[in-house]
Amino acid sequence: MSALRWTVSDTLTLARRDLLHWRYEPARIAWSLAFPVMSILLFGYVFGSAIVVPGGQDYREYLMPGLFVMAAAFGISETLFGIAMDAERGITNRLRAMPMSRVAILGGGCLAAMVNALINFVVMIAMGLIVGWSWHDGVANALLAVLLLLLLRFSVLWIGIWVGLKISSIEAAGNVSGLLFPFTMISSIFVSPSQMPGWLQTIAEWNPLSSTVGAARELFGNGDPASSSWIAQHAVLMAIVWPLLLTAVFAPLAVRRYQAMSR
Amino acid sequence: MTDGRPAIVAAGLRKRFGDKVALDGLDLEVPAGTVLGLLGPNGAGKTTAVSILTTLLRADGGRAEVAGLDVATEAAAVRGRIGLTGQSDAIDEILSGRQNLELFGRLHHLSPRAARRRAAELLEQFGLTEAADRQAKGYSGGMKRRLDLAVSFLTSPSVLFLDEPTTGQDPRNRMEVWSVVRELVAGGTTVLLTTHYLDEADQLADRISVVDRGRVIAEGTPDALKRRLGASQVDLVLRDDAGVAEAAAILARVSDAEPVVDRSRRSVSAPVHDRVASLTEVLQAVQAAGVAVDDVALRQPTLDDVFLQLTGSRADAGDDETETEEAAA
Repeated sequence: MSALRWTVSDTLTLARRDLLHWRYEPARIAWSLAFPVMSILLFGYVFGSAIVVPGGQDYREYLMPGLFVMAAAFGISETLFGIAMDAERGITNRLRAMPMSRVAILGGGCLAAMVNALINFVVMIAMGLIVGWSWHDGVANALLAVLLLLLLRFSVLWIGIWVGLKISSIEAAGNVSGLLFPFTMISSIFVSPSQMPGWLQTIAEWNPLSSTVGAARELFGNGDPASSSWIAQHAVLMAIVWPLLLTAVFAPLAVRRYQAMSR
Repeated sequence: MTDGRPAIVAAGLRKRFGDKVALDGLDLEVPAGTVLGLLGPNGAGKTTAVSILTTLLRADGGRAEVAGLDVATEAAAVRGRIGLTGQSDAIDEILSGRQNLELFGRLHHLSPRAARRRAAELLEQFGLTEAADRQAKGYSGGMKRRLDLAVSFLTSPSVLFLDEPTTGQDPRNRMEVWSVVRELVAGGTTVLLTTHYLDEADQLADRISVVDRGRVIAEGTPDALKRRLGASQVDLVLRDDAGVAEAAAILARVSDAEPVVDRSRRSVSAPVHDRVASLTEVLQAVQAAGVAVDDVALRQPTLDDVFLQLTGSRADAGDDETETEEAAA
């Protein structure tokens, strides 16, 4: 068999390994479902009743695209844990000392993460429909929104791999994951940045997550940007540019970090 | 096997991490079908040497061959001929033992059918058949170690690297690992075993290389090393300072080596050959000289004793090797 075919075969084998984990750990599935459910309850119903959306539209309509993006961002922590655990346990070294494709060692995890993300989005969309959220701008735009969400998930994957290889410890992975939360708060995920103080509004609008949130709201027909700033007005464009930029920076960093293991 | 050529050769291997010299011209030669024990304290360079020989790390200088293949230029081919078991259990604990073996078998490019067959064989050989379909995280420490060794042995490698395979294991698990290694060796596998337990190297190795600060400082069969270092160690603890010098003089007569004196503990120790006979001789001499003794012990020599004899300093000098590597990387 050619090298390329082995790369594909090894990638599939390792992706299957990650997906098998879900079968053995139903608790993890329950958790990954519990998180969006809790978010919908907490933000949609508890805080949501006190939040006024500019334009006066239903908060849960407004919130769901934000929660989709939050799920994509929290995907970092899943990748981070997987990579750090394999490195700490010596599984990465075991794979590196085997005659398998080296590309597949990272590729398998990426593929599994994307499959997971897709399943996760489908489940969240179903839950959104249950609480009254829907898309209003046609199926084509809705699918485009899902594609942009997957693109974001793909770009943050590389951040997870890079950081995971850098720290190589399960404990540190837990600490780093905690940093994700503030990053999701200072964005347009939960509230419109136009209601924040001026300087914070700028930071929140330029948060790469906000562009995908804005794009998803636009494409699903879930509300206006409510801001006249350039970045808010070009959400769809930036929802493509930001992830490509993140990938262009972090994918080479991750690959270099991986190659540095033999130095 | 490899027509009389050594299975492992290392010549003048050098490696540094930042300021720290990990390997400083390491030389090894392991004949095919034998076991070499690489004995040394943490930070001596054992893990670095194994990492270079298993293609995980590139050396800064020197040359190494495994199974007749150059580790730098023929790394991919080397990987097809070796197995590696490190200090931690490099197995997927969420999966079952069988799934682990099938997974790594597939990554060794066995066909699905061959991987299944090989997994079943190894489960049987390593005594894991009963637990085969349970998640590995429920395995005992010894079972996890056996599964890890089984994964290393998936393709019946001609050279097996065991990097501190029993560090942190309880005595029963250590015995289990030893018996598995003996079986593999009986099948003709060449083994490089690193350890900081002298008794482990003694139990398993045909030859021992003692490593300190990245180079080999002594080499020989376990018997030859023990002859040099004494089969047993006699410790005397004296009641007063005056007795220390006298006891040291007596031990020096019985032992071939210079006794090691610790003035703060008022203790003197030296290696001896004839265990009880030597001990009796020492005690009679001490009594005849009227030296007051608080405590006497006859024990197996440890890595510390070997190092005191070979280098004059204790073995615990280095910091943890893996930590240094990570900090430098």
